[in-house]
Amino acid sequence: MVLLLKNWWKILGIILLIYVLAGGLLFEVPELPVLRQSIRNIYFHVGMWFGMIFILCIGVFFSLRYLAHANKVDDLKALAAVKTGLLFGILGLLTGMLWAKFTWGVFWLNDPKLNGAVVGVLIYLAYMVLRSSFDDREKRAKLAAVYNVFAFVLFFVFIMILPRTAASSIHPGLDGNPAIAFGDLAPEMRKIFYPALLAWFIMTYWLYRMLYRTSAIEEKIKEIKENQNFY
Amino acid sequence: MQTNKLLTLIIKDFRLEWRNKFALGGIMLYLVSTVFVTYLAFGGVITMQAWNALFWLIMLFAAINANLKAFVQENESRQLYYYTLASAREVIGAKIAYNALLMTVLGLAGWLIFVAFMGNPVKDLLVFLLNMWLGVVGFACILTLISAIAAKAKNNFTLMAVLGFPLVLPLLLLVIRVSDAAVAGTPASIVAPDVLLTVLLISMAVLLSMLLFPYIWRE
Repeated sequence: MVLLLKNWWKILGIILLIYVLAGGLLFEVPELPVLRQSIRNIYFHVGMWFGMIFILCIGVFFSLRYLAHANKVDDLKALAAVKTGLLFGILGLLTGMLWAKFTWGVFWLNDPKLNGAVVGVLIYLAYMVLRSSFDDREKRAKLAAVYNVFAFVLFFVFIMILPRTAASSIHPGLDGNPAIAFGDLAPEMRKIFYPALLAWFIMTYWLYRMLYRTSAIEEKIKEIKENQNFY
Repeated sequence: MQTNKLLTLIIKDFRLEWRNKFALGGIMLYLVSTVFVTYLAFGGVITMQAWNALFWLIMLFAAINANLKAFVQENESRQLYYYTLASAREVIGAKIAYNALLMTVLGLAGWLIFVAFMGNPVKDLLVFLLNMWLGVVGFACILTLISAIAAKAKNNFTLMAVLGFPLVLPLLLLVIRVSDAAVAGTPASIVAPDVLLTVLLISMAVLLSMLLFPYIWRE
């Protein structure tokens, strides 16, 4: 029972995700030209992208906290968040490419929003490269935190402001937030879309917690081993 | 932050540059040889868009080369000495200012070399040059902090390129867009929002560098 109470949000996440998977594939959707049945991808593609942004915000929060307190727990948390963000960013890219193939006819084309997505993945892959270039734990943590904050701000300028100044974009949402704005979505789709967002938020958070805890345990084991060798 | 300390640090960088002329000479040589290679590859016949794209690619690589020196060329003990004389913000401020000046010189030189080989299709020269100046200064502002990070690692050129490319991309896309318009002779009022956004991006990069550098200078 205690376990149930402690983990209620994970159970909620699983139930929601099952609902989204079943409802997303089975429920009625409006039949629109070009989009047709592929609109169902909105529950997954948009949800994953939002999950990524959510977890990257958490990551930058812990990077800032690391800079303020130099507590290595915060560094591990930031790393776990970036890893989760990377995974969901790549998933968002893949689902987007699939969607593009069915609606635009190609997997990829030159568009400000699509470029922003790739740059985001590149930025966070670079973050991983940066981390692997240093052996010293504190040095690595500090430099990674500084890079994360710097990159996060520039990345958000890139995906939030730049596409809106572009002359044209094939991707929806040139003048606002696609799908989130209330009038954008048919009422029967909102029933799945909003739970889907919550489900993806929970999934990203859950995965981030697991990554953080495994890395914390690994750290601990390493520490114990180092101490054994020392004495 | 004290202006005279800032100035002293900038002048110190100029002196260093002057004593190691080969470093600057190397970048100049790089500019000449890449432009010459593109000249040979294209056989002198080139569309306006390709002209613009090549110019900015060459400038981007020159910027990464030039900015990497900012923190790599001086050894750690000497940097430690600077930190006893000036605050971290003064050090990074001076580096950004110096890099911006250096990039202005390199940008102009690169442009002259490029025009000499590839011709000059630019219709609106004033907008083009202003935008070019903004672009190269922006490279300096974004890449200086990256150079400070990369200098702490052993494989610093690779790291500089890997960290720097995705971060300068937003700026690069903006300046290329304005540059395209200037080459084609589109009225300046159409690209004004892009120029404004470039200025915003640059000021944000400078502000963030100032805020973040104090955390890493001691490492």
